[in-house]
Parts: sequence; C-alpha cells; structure tokens
Amino acid sequence: MGEILVVVDHVDGVVRKTTHELLTLARRLGEPSAVFFGDGADGLGEAAGTSLREYGAEKIYVVAGAEFADYLVVPKVDALGVLVQQVSPTAVLIPSSAEGKEIAGRLAVRTESGLITDAVDVQAGDDGPRTTQSVFAGGFTVQSKVVHGTPIITVKPNAVTPERADGAGAVETVDVAVPESSRTAAVVERRPRAATGRPELTEASIVVSGGRGTGGDFAPVEAFADALGAAVGASRAAVDSGWYPHSYQVGQTGKTVSPQLYVANGISGAIQHRAGMQTSKTIVAVNKDSEAPIFDLVDFGVVGDLHKVLPAATDQINARKG
Amino acid sequence: MKIVVCVKYCPDATADRSFAADRTVDRVGVDGVLSELDEYAVEQALQVKESGDPETTEVVAVTVGPEVARAALLKSLQMGADAGVHVLDDAVHGSDAVATSLILAKAVEAQAADLVICGMASTDGSMSVVPAMLAERLGLPQVTFASELTVDGDTVRARRDGDVATEIVEAAGRVLISVTDQANEPRYPSFKGIMAAKKKPVESLTLADLGIDAALVGAGSAWTAVEAIEARPPRAAGTVVVDEDGSGAGALVEFLAAQKFI
Repeated sequence: MGEILVVVDHVDGVVRKTTHELLTLARRLGEPSAVFFGDGADGLGEAAGTSLREYGAEKIYVVAGAEFADYLVVPKVDALGVLVQQVSPTAVLIPSSAEGKEIAGRLAVRTESGLITDAVDVQAGDDGPRTTQSVFAGGFTVQSKVVHGTPIITVKPNAVTPERADGAGAVETVDVAVPESSRTAAVVERRPRAATGRPELTEASIVVSGGRGTGGDFAPVEAFADALGAAVGASRAAVDSGWYPHSYQVGQTGKTVSPQLYVANGISGAIQHRAGMQTSKTIVAVNKDSEAPIFDLVDFGVVGDLHKVLPAATDQINARKG
Repeated sequence: MKIVVCVKYCPDATADRSFAADRTVDRVGVDGVLSELDEYAVEQALQVKESGDPETTEVVAVTVGPEVARAALLKSLQMGADAGVHVLDDAVHGSDAVATSLILAKAVEAQAADLVICGMASTDGSMSVVPAMLAERLGLPQVTFASELTVDGDTVRARRDGDVATEIVEAAGRVLISVTDQANEPRYPSFKGIMAAKKKPVESLTLADLGIDAALVGAGSAWTAVEAIEARPPRAAGTVVVDEDGSGAGALVEFLAAQKFI
C-alpha cells in the first residue's frame, strides 16, 4: 500500500482533532504518513509524536524552520512539493481550513494534480480515493475522484469519528531549502485567539448559536452552551451588528460546522446561514417567529422567546447534572 | 497604477441552484449574479484607487465564463470599475479550478497589473483556492483572506483571521490579494454609475487570443471527475412546540435528554 501524506494541524505542538480524523481516513487508503511543520525552529514535541502514533501514523515527516511560520503558505507548499516528488504518495490529505485549502491549491498547480476540497467523506476506490462533498448549502451531495496526478484532498472537520490505531511513527527529518522567492508575504504579527474554555467551533460535537433574536445579549446563549459543553456560534446578522466576533460566525462566509447537535437561537435561517450548518446531524431551533425558515430544518423547535426559554432550560439541565 | 479584479458569475444563492445534464453547475437555466463575495473585491479595488491617485489608476474587472457572465462585468462597471475583460470561449465549459486559474493567469498577465484583487471564494464552488493558484502561477506574493487591508505606497498590509490566531501579513511590490466580507461594505451602483457603465469598454477574448491551448482546459481536461450528484433528501419534518408559561424549556430539555445530549 502506498503512503498517504497527512498534513498535521497543531497549535503549539498540540495536535488537533481534525488531524486524528485525517489519519483515520488515511488508513482506509494506505499507510498514513504525518507531515509535521514545527513552529518556529522547534521539532516534533513528545506529546505531538505520541498523539500521531496513537492514531496510526506509520511515519512522521518533520519539517522544522522559522520560515514555515514566518511566511504565508508558500514555504509549506515548497516542503510538500518535495515530499510528493520523493515519496510519490497515493494521496495527500489536508485540513479544510483557509490555509489548508490554499496549500492544497498551490500544491495541485505545482505537482499537476487534481484537487478536491471540503470532502465530508473519503473512501478507497479501485483507482484511487472517492470523495463525497456537500454543495449548494447542503442541497446536493457530489461523489468525485481525481483523475490526474496525485489526488490532493482537503477534508472538513467532523468527516469521520477518529479511531485509534497503533502506528510505528518513525520520524524522518525533511530538509527543505525555502527559496527567497517563497519568502514574500511575511507574517509580521500573530495574535492567538483568547481562550474561551469552550470547544473549538468547527470541532465541537455540539454548537449553540445566537442571531438577531438575541438583541445583542449572548449571555443566555453562552450559559446554555456551557451547560451542554458546547461551542458558541453566531449568525452573520449578530456578527455584523458587532454583538459577537467574526471568528464565531457560522455560514457561507464564516465557519461551516457539522456537529452532532446544532441549536439555533433567534436565527431566522437564511440560505447563507444554512450553508454553514445544514449538514448537522440534529438541528434544534428557538425562535419567536413561528414562520422562520429555520423551522423547516429542525428535528425539534420551540416557538418562544430565547431570553425565557434558554435560561429555564439551562437551569433544568444543570439541575439534572446535579 | 493598474488593478485587476477577478470576478465570477454565479447562480444566485437564493435561487433554486442545480446542475446541468453534464454535471456542471447550471449557469444558464438559473438566474445568475456577480458572486456576492466578489463585490468586496471590486469595492476594495475602488477604495485603493480612490485613496491613492484616482486620475492615474485604472480598475479592470476580468471574468471567465459563458455569454451570460457578462452580467458580472457589467455590475463591476456599474460599481465603478473602468473596463472589463471577458474570456469567452466554448472550450472553457467544464473547466476545474486548476484550469480556471490557468486562464485567469494568462488574462491577468496580459493586463500587466500592479495589484490583483479577488474575493475569498465563489458562492457556487466555494473552494477558495483560485486566488492561491493564481499567485502560484503568476509568481506573486499572496496576501489572502484579508479582513482588513491597507495599501501604503508599495506595501500591502492585511489582517488575516485564522481558526486559532489572527495574523498581520505584509508584502511589497506587485501583490495578489483576496478579501473577505469583513474587509469593507460594497457600494450600490448609483444611477450615474449605471448610466456610465454602458459606455465603458469590455474586451472579449478567446483562448487563442490569450495563447492558451484549448486542450488544457474544459471538462475533457479536468483533473477531477464528478461521478454522481444526488439531491439531498429533504429533512423529515420535526416537532415544533409553542412555549406557553415555560413549557418550551421543559420540552426542549426532554428532547435533548431523549437524544442523549444530556
């Protein structure tokens, strides 16, 4: 079986759940080889190595150097281009983040390979991976394959439940000379997002969102989210009103989420919002307007004022948890 | 200074979007518009022009697509772009993102632009990859997903909001930019703008005009193949209750408990 390169997503050496998902998918296609870009000049930390082996990485390619963090996208493409040439992988799997998709796009051009983005499932096929995508705001599912070069596939969070498997995780250091021409868009400042203590939006198994109906008060939404151990999201209307930061926006121009449970509060359910949450497994809505289109999507809905319903529900949940 | 804005004609997101028999996006049978996200790119170009030297700056909108795609150029011109370029060739039909970036690269190259500005994604394919591919082909620094952008002389500076951090990115010289919907507030075309657009030049180019081998683009040369498309089955109608004297919260908690979320 050929190698499947998996680009590792990590924050300061802590491997993110999306990487475990990619390693799980990679095992369907071949032998997973993780590609780890060191932050700054650091190599692979012990915790990261353990985490990758626990999810089946047979090899871990470590690419370290300050340039991979100091310049946008291109140095990572340089390194992956070298690896694709050296290893001739069966496929390359990359997380569907903004950066991940840009890396994938450039790598596809550089290696003359077909590219599929935002896969929600990847299966082995007779002549290469078969992907499933959800398009037009979740209105259609599309099955595709790459027919030229090395299949390069970006995969959405929550595409699969991560499964553990022992991997040898043999470490190989990759030396890449990053040319001056790749050091053009410099990251001059990086501000980590303040920790909220809640799960990351795209990774969370439960997302509780607020919209126009909050009237700007997200406290009931946040308290309800915390009772459920959920991430908090916001509609574009709430973000545009300045009530919640853009990084929490769910929808076409924000994050796409596909949790087990999505709770929309005071959100009417315009197509742009549906594009970001329609593939959630279970959908619940609380809205004053019984005619709101969000009720067409729900498994369960409450026509009522979120400022009354949510605090009461929060109290009941907390009471049950004792 | 010359600024090229890449714009796309997409089916209206609020219309009943669908696919044609050959499994490509139906761009003819469904009402289309300038991709909403490209309005931010056009607006950004106009702001760069207006805050710099408007007399010597030209904004050229470039699109690749069928005859109807001219509407995307027209809207850009109505907003204030100075000229349009339409790559119009039957052989383009069915091109994937890789081929689209090749065509755009040739069209942009022919313009000798100082800045190239794109939207963050199209509203149909929503891949978000063409700006990066274009930068790769043109050998330009990419300052992409800008949620805030300033152009100061030779230097482009942008705020890029990632999943876990916000980055400030800088590049100098000729740069390729993509902007998000946070970057600005696109203007509506004024009556004056709508009238003026009728007189603005739109150049129509074929693949041959751009020196592109037609065998490299189109559905037959795509490096990906769609094997099946299925309309998602409508969700089964759920239960909706009306909150009366606090009954809603109880019903909600019962539902969540029954589904094992609590």
